[in-house]
Amino acid sequence: MTDIVQQGETTPNGELPKDVILRVNHLVKEFPITRGVFFKKQVGAVQAVSDISFQVKRGETLGLVGESGCGKSTTARSVLRLLEPTSGEVWFQGANDDGSIDAPVDVASADREILRGLRRELQIVFQDPYASLNPRMTVAGIVAEPMTVHEMGSPAERLERVKHLLEVVGLSPEHTNRYPHEFSGGQRQRIGVARALALNPQFMVLDEPVSALDVSIQAQVLNLMQDLQDEFGLTYLFIAHDLSVVRHISDRVAVMYLGKIAEMTDRDTLYDRPMHPYTHALLSAVPIPDPTIEASRKRIILEGDIPSPSNPPRGCRFNTRCPKAVPGKCDVDTPPLEELEPGHWVSCHFPEVVQVV
Amino acid sequence: MADPLLNVEDLRTYFSTEEGVVKAVDGVSFKVDAGERRGVVGESGCGKSVTAMSIMRLIEPPAGEIVTGKVEFDGRDLLKLTEADMQQVRGGDIAMIFQDPMTALNPVYTIGDQLIETILLHQDVSKSEARDIAITALDDVQIPHAGKVMEDYPHQFSGGMRQRVMIAMGLSCEPKLLIADEPTTALDVTTQAQIMNLMLELAEQRNTAVLLITHDLGVVAGFCDSIQVMYAGSIVERGTGDEIFHNPQHPYTWGLLGSMTRLDESQQERLNSVRGAPPSLINPPTGCRFGPRCDFAQDICREALPILHQSQEGQKVACHRSDELDLKSIAIGATS
Repeated sequence: MTDIVQQGETTPNGELPKDVILRVNHLVKEFPITRGVFFKKQVGAVQAVSDISFQVKRGETLGLVGESGCGKSTTARSVLRLLEPTSGEVWFQGANDDGSIDAPVDVASADREILRGLRRELQIVFQDPYASLNPRMTVAGIVAEPMTVHEMGSPAERLERVKHLLEVVGLSPEHTNRYPHEFSGGQRQRIGVARALALNPQFMVLDEPVSALDVSIQAQVLNLMQDLQDEFGLTYLFIAHDLSVVRHISDRVAVMYLGKIAEMTDRDTLYDRPMHPYTHALLSAVPIPDPTIEASRKRIILEGDIPSPSNPPRGCRFNTRCPKAVPGKCDVDTPPLEELEPGHWVSCHFPEVVQVV
Repeated sequence: MADPLLNVEDLRTYFSTEEGVVKAVDGVSFKVDAGERRGVVGESGCGKSVTAMSIMRLIEPPAGEIVTGKVEFDGRDLLKLTEADMQQVRGGDIAMIFQDPMTALNPVYTIGDQLIETILLHQDVSKSEARDIAITALDDVQIPHAGKVMEDYPHQFSGGMRQRVMIAMGLSCEPKLLIADEPTTALDVTTQAQIMNLMLELAEQRNTAVLLITHDLGVVAGFCDSIQVMYAGSIVERGTGDEIFHNPQHPYTWGLLGSMTRLDESQQERLNSVRGAPPSLINPPTGCRFGPRCDFAQDICREALPILHQSQEGQKVACHRSDELDLKSIAIGATS
């Protein structure tokens, strides 16, 4: 049996299983489409995230994958409330050092003061290590800033902690007075990680943390992420478009398409026994660095491009590109995300296990 | 044996910067046969794109300069051609497609205008014949309603469609060699599969040689007959796909394969990463350029620059110790 509560069920405050750190219910994020320069008038909305629900267990890594525009980054940012969610709930259930569990808090509706406290527990590492560090601040300033904002320790204590953090992420503690431009992409990403760790968070969003890096550097940073998770008991929401990286790092994986979750299950089930036709196509499209395997693989080549999220298709969002779509059904009814096997959630009218990898 | 289609010999392309001379390509030699699909792989700054730009003579002086070398194509040394003759080669016998199709297309002209211009430049046909050739080219890259699309502007297309237009433009003059520089890097994975599939089909049909430049070893595995791995401005290993992927002889190739996460492998242990970062090309390390990052480096590696030579295993490798190292027995992720 699974202990995952029915997806989308509204959870009353205080009734989350102890091992759940984050529960997202019916999250929706819309961006307005406006017309006019001076008198802006809303003429429509892009639903970037369209009623999605999922949960993350303490200490695990949930991978969120999908192609550009599927809403994975918007989901992550709405969860942290870096973007204001249009509707939905984001329950965070923190733990204390002594093992006791705090009452869940809804991040989506938290007031300023509660949110400020939550920011210590919820952190993010961004994709672009060039854009996410202030070029005019020293490394010490960048890594210490969260502590300064949250008034943690004296300046001397903060500097000590910066040095310690730099060591933890594999940089030299002597680098505190350097500027971001003196570092390579991989090193900058380590600085970003040190900053995210500064407040001892419990939950970290990693938004495409290695996609701007070269393969050999990518491997170093992925190893670091795993070491840190073991050392500090962190929980990760790992956003990526690279399905092989996600397989490597995640415990469970959710596949998104046009603002909705298409399939969600544990890592090996997703890669070995995927049931959603989009997952099949996505997995079959990823090249494997082995010419013998590549020669024998059959690719599912999808037709066309991803439709615009401002005008998503009716019914199943994937029906316009799905090789298995049945007219009259898939283009009319939206399939719910259902648990077809214990822990294996699929949103498809005609799910079927296909081995693609 | 027939003469190779492309024969690059001891190519050296340097850039002068405020900090000093960057030896971006430093002694690269290779041959590509007609119809061969060659992969050029390596990480950023290894010189793979500069090699391609040098072949096309797109290096702009005074910042960059092809210092020495020979680029023989179809019996002619491209480095000795006049600029006018070179313009006939570009887009004619050698076509090139780039990573970012939006910047490669002119935003103020229609797709049709740009295709027709290319065709008129290289083929002795009338404007209406050029139009027909253009429509056929768009049909060949599976763009629906080709006739109508001719009137569209680049911004009306998605990334994948723009790259199809670039391929159509590249192949419209039936080149003997297509240089594709990271053609799918900016695209989503399902679109990448479409484009690579299309390029493979067209190249096979027309027996077009392809030089595929990419950082993605996976893309190369399914597409190329042969692969050369570049590091810090030179080729460190060259061989068939089987040799490179199943039996790498250079510690860098071996490390690169071990660094890769694989879709078909469920491993949650640590990746076998290459330590450190690539060296500066202004002041490269003496001896082997990979030496400072190599787990197997010895005194000789710090003293002498290894040259590309035939290894016992069949491929060419630039490593002093390749014959004594048995990387296969310790390869992680490289063999399965």
